[in-house]
Amino acid sequence: MALSDSEVSKAELDRRAFRRSQRSRSVLVAFISTLVFAILVWFGLIATPGWSRVQESFFSWDVAVQAWPRVLDGLLLNLRVLAVAAVLVVIFGLLIAVIRTLKSPVFFPLRVLAKGYVDLFRGMPLIIVLYLVGFGIPGLRLEFLGRIPAEVLGTIALTLTYSAYVSEVFRAGIESVHSSQRLAARSLGLSNAQSMRLVVLPQAVRKVVPPLMNDFVALQKDVGLISVLGAIDAVRGAQIEVAKFANFTPYVLAGLLFVLLAIPTIRLADYVTKRLSDKEQAGVAL
Amino acid sequence: MIDWSKPRLRVTNLKKHYEDRAVLDGIDLEVFPGQIVALIGASGSGKSTLLRCVNLIEEISDGQIFLETEEISAPGVNHDRVRAQVGLVFQSFNLFSHLSILQNITLALIHVKKIAKPEAERIARKWLERIGLGDRADSYPDKISGGQQQRTAIVRAVAMDPKVLLLDEVTSALDPELVGEVLDLIRDLKAGGTTILMATHELSFAREVADWVIFLEQGKIYEQGEAKDFFENPKRDRTKEFLARMANN
Repeated sequence: MALSDSEVSKAELDRRAFRRSQRSRSVLVAFISTLVFAILVWFGLIATPGWSRVQESFFSWDVAVQAWPRVLDGLLLNLRVLAVAAVLVVIFGLLIAVIRTLKSPVFFPLRVLAKGYVDLFRGMPLIIVLYLVGFGIPGLRLEFLGRIPAEVLGTIALTLTYSAYVSEVFRAGIESVHSSQRLAARSLGLSNAQSMRLVVLPQAVRKVVPPLMNDFVALQKDVGLISVLGAIDAVRGAQIEVAKFANFTPYVLAGLLFVLLAIPTIRLADYVTKRLSDKEQAGVAL
Repeated sequence: MIDWSKPRLRVTNLKKHYEDRAVLDGIDLEVFPGQIVALIGASGSGKSTLLRCVNLIEEISDGQIFLETEEISAPGVNHDRVRAQVGLVFQSFNLFSHLSILQNITLALIHVKKIAKPEAERIARKWLERIGLGDRADSYPDKISGGQQQRTAIVRAVAMDPKVLLLDEVTSALDPELVGEVLDLIRDLKAGGTTILMATHELSFAREVADWVIFLEQGKIYEQGEAKDFFENPKRDRTKEFLARMANN
């Protein structure tokens, strides 16, 4: 597709030379600014008087190696909670979003309930929801349930809060589908519910994949909060190791593991977002 | 051929008010089986609103609408059932963007008429062959031209085998070179005996294909007549004005 230098006019050759010089300038500028930045970090952090002590108590390789099994074990619990919560959140979020779009008077109480639910859980800090669920539900003394594990209670709390966020994402998606699509469906004789299920929702879900993935990334790190209920997850496991060694490295380790876990999802979210926006802007050069 | 024994669609004293503005102010019309009736008039004269009322997408303010002998404007009538028998095609096509051309046509056949999927696909393919889009069945709407999209939209409505087909300015959103293919399809439908009520700006087309022409002016029927006569001998001033203005464009 590209024309070689020998096939193009003088004007294009000049342009190419100019672009080449611009590119090498960019590389040089990036190199210098990186160097300056590294020097600043050196003086600001590593050259500080307390650095060697901080390094010992936050970045100790030995402690990291010894804390590894328990932290990793905890992370597996986080992953299980994440998997279950993510599925539940999508189901409940979608359900609440659809309930809020129902128009029939029969659904009035459901609609009000859904709206109240979303207001409540979007506003309430997750940590308070965790405490209320984590200590409130066992307090009901529902004997037939037996002792509910902390991770189950944590999953319930996360699902409650995130379903509220996600239902808003779905609702925005539903509203972003142009009304003419519903009109076309209704004019063919499809019922309101059929139009929603067969025409509006499939289009809405496609549109909300990027924001949903962002919520998934947020959920991925918030699963670490179930530790406040006593579940031995990565954070709680790290805490135990911190107490054992009187060294903070396990926290850093757990933090890094969460970051490593999040990076693929973040990249995937970026990729999907870009692909969708590319599709929408196809043919528009910016 | 037109069957004059009883009207397929009958509208009596139809009114549609928004707040205190009358968009339709007492419309009476009849469409007979196999007949093509063209609604013409300036933008805002009520053409589209009339079609939407007949499809029951708009709530009417007064009057009655009959499909054959059934009053479809009566309270308690199942709107979905009526709409399945009254096809409506929009100016802006409104194809379902997440479905292929074929699926656009089969959706209502499967979910409204409860036709089994293989049979629905057979019907859809037959129609797509007929409009020369047989090889595009699996394409998505954004991958075909406006004219092809509009023909698909018309076929989507016609495949439901409606008692009357409503066409709402179906060529207005098209590039001029794509208008012809859509008009060809409508000619083809006329030959097949489809009953059509259409709002249009294509006066020469209305003259050629329509049996009866109705000129709407401010929500009222200002003048109407057999197509040839209507265009050759308009009786009233506003009609003459309108026809002259459109001829100059």
